[in-house]
Amino acid sequence: MYVSPIREPLIKGSKDYSQVTKDILAPMAGKPSKYWYMGITLAGSAALFGAWATFMTVYYGIGTWGLNKTIGWAWDITNFVWWVGIGHAGTFISAILLLFRQRWRTSINRSAEAMTLMAIACAGFFPLIHMGRLLLGFFILPYPNTRDLWVNFNSPLLWDVFAITTYLLVSLIFWYIGLIPDLGTVRDKATNKIRKAIYGFLSFGWTGSARHWSRHETVSLILAGLAAPLVLSVHTIVSFDFATSVIPGWHTTIFPPYFVSGAVFSGFAMVLTLLIVARKALNLEDYITVGHIENMNKVIIITGSIVGIAYITEFFIAWYSGVEYEMYAFINRATGPYAWAYWIMMTCNVITPQLFWFKKIRTNLVATFIISIFVNIGMWFERFVIVVTSLHRDYLPSSWTMYKPTIVEVGLYVGTLGVFFTLFLLFIRVFPVIAIAEVKSVLKATGENKKDHHHE
Amino acid sequence: MNKYITAFYNDEEDLLKGLKQIKAKGVNVADVLSPFPVHGLDTVLGLKRSKLTRVAFTGGAIGALLGFGFQAWVFTKAYPLNFGGKPFLSVPSFMPVTFELAVLFAAFSMVFAFLIHNKLGPGAKTVIHDERITDDRFLLVINLDEDDDPHSIEDVLAEAGAHGITLKKQN
Repeated sequence: MYVSPIREPLIKGSKDYSQVTKDILAPMAGKPSKYWYMGITLAGSAALFGAWATFMTVYYGIGTWGLNKTIGWAWDITNFVWWVGIGHAGTFISAILLLFRQRWRTSINRSAEAMTLMAIACAGFFPLIHMGRLLLGFFILPYPNTRDLWVNFNSPLLWDVFAITTYLLVSLIFWYIGLIPDLGTVRDKATNKIRKAIYGFLSFGWTGSARHWSRHETVSLILAGLAAPLVLSVHTIVSFDFATSVIPGWHTTIFPPYFVSGAVFSGFAMVLTLLIVARKALNLEDYITVGHIENMNKVIIITGSIVGIAYITEFFIAWYSGVEYEMYAFINRATGPYAWAYWIMMTCNVITPQLFWFKKIRTNLVATFIISIFVNIGMWFERFVIVVTSLHRDYLPSSWTMYKPTIVEVGLYVGTLGVFFTLFLLFIRVFPVIAIAEVKSVLKATGENKKDHHHE
Repeated sequence: MNKYITAFYNDEEDLLKGLKQIKAKGVNVADVLSPFPVHGLDTVLGLKRSKLTRVAFTGGAIGALLGFGFQAWVFTKAYPLNFGGKPFLSVPSFMPVTFELAVLFAAFSMVFAFLIHNKLGPGAKTVIHDERITDDRFLLVINLDEDDDPHSIEDVLAEAGAHGITLKKQN
């Protein structure tokens, strides 16, 4: 077999199959480290803050938020779009990179997909809580009722209901189908009877039969084929929430592609933030190598540049359109009372990712970690700028006003961050963080030891 | 009572080589259990291409028809509402929900078909022949008929470099 001399191995170190199993299952065994306990205490406290904020919102109503009659959407929708966007990286890695046969995805797809599920759960919370009366959340579903009334199928907000629900469910089965063989591994490696029974149940009785594998591969491929357009549709529909309105700064046709690339951009940043810490803490540096980090940074450059071009195009088109309101919306963004938010967005999203053109920076873990945080912040501000600055000054100057979040809104946001990190910390204890079977299937063609093997 | 023989390899390249040798000797290998999908195994075992893609297509088509039909029914028959004088049957704005339901139905029908076809599911009772097949072993399963001679098959397996050749019985 010809082995390319240039290509770096995907998995570092001379490992055989049983070593791979041992390494990846290691974080699940034994007692969690003290850092894990510290992390879950911190995340859990943040989640409790969110629980308090949720209680305040449900008990006293939306009046506990800083919204007013001009600004009806603010932090809630900002957070919703931010979380949905973060989710997109997981599907991008597991579906689109699978279709493009990018084998480096095998080390990161499991954790990225888990992150997707948690992010969608956090995202879905915001539109629900914005209704004020959480218990009436089912009103958004088309179900037969005594009023004989159905939902409005012409509304992008209703499309969101279908898009987000489908996205959550399809991501869930895609993730779980990939997990089944690995849960079989956990079952077979379990020494404790209860653990064996639980994972036996969860692994659906996986046997590793050649027939099952053949069908498993077909299912994974078709699910990837379904998830790829799905993920593009989800953020397109989210962008329709804005684009189909008549608010200056929202009513633009550029939104769907611009939102999708922004979503992948922010999602990869969050994957990097999580994995740079996780690979170190879980001793998985041989599996999630600097090469993987570098590849993700390249995706960040591409998507970050698309986002940057979109910002400039928006500005240009606002001027070129000759529409007074549209022009004002953009001048107001860059120079108005919320200019600070606009310039944070521009700096974090347009300038910082360009640093990744330098190989020294994109292969440096500390630099990557810092830049990934910047991108997370920048993408949050992008949504804030779109939502709040467009609303606070529109057609009628007498209605112009400002918006400030209350402690309850801050609590809801911090709460979802807490829930997200709590779930991630639980995930690394309960499920294999790396797709064991998939890594084994690429080990031979790309592992270091196999090169030696062929020289023997 | 079924009798069968199991034997294993430690490497997928040895497995493929050995398997071809075993098949050439006329021994019928019922199944191969492996820790990951081994490419080329389908052709050696003579497995047919999965028809799950058709299930996915059918499911997707049903989802799309259902999604579109339901929206059309609601807005033209059940409760027609006038939205700014726009047509009741506004096809473009029905597309997002139609698409999402197509994807949802395709994915779920295929995954359920996959589980049912494989007889896998929560709490499914399956025989685990060897606990290392999810770790680093590639196990062959050879079913024996009444008139098969286990010893001659065992010899063929040994010659093809397989390890741990054992004769097993199952009720």
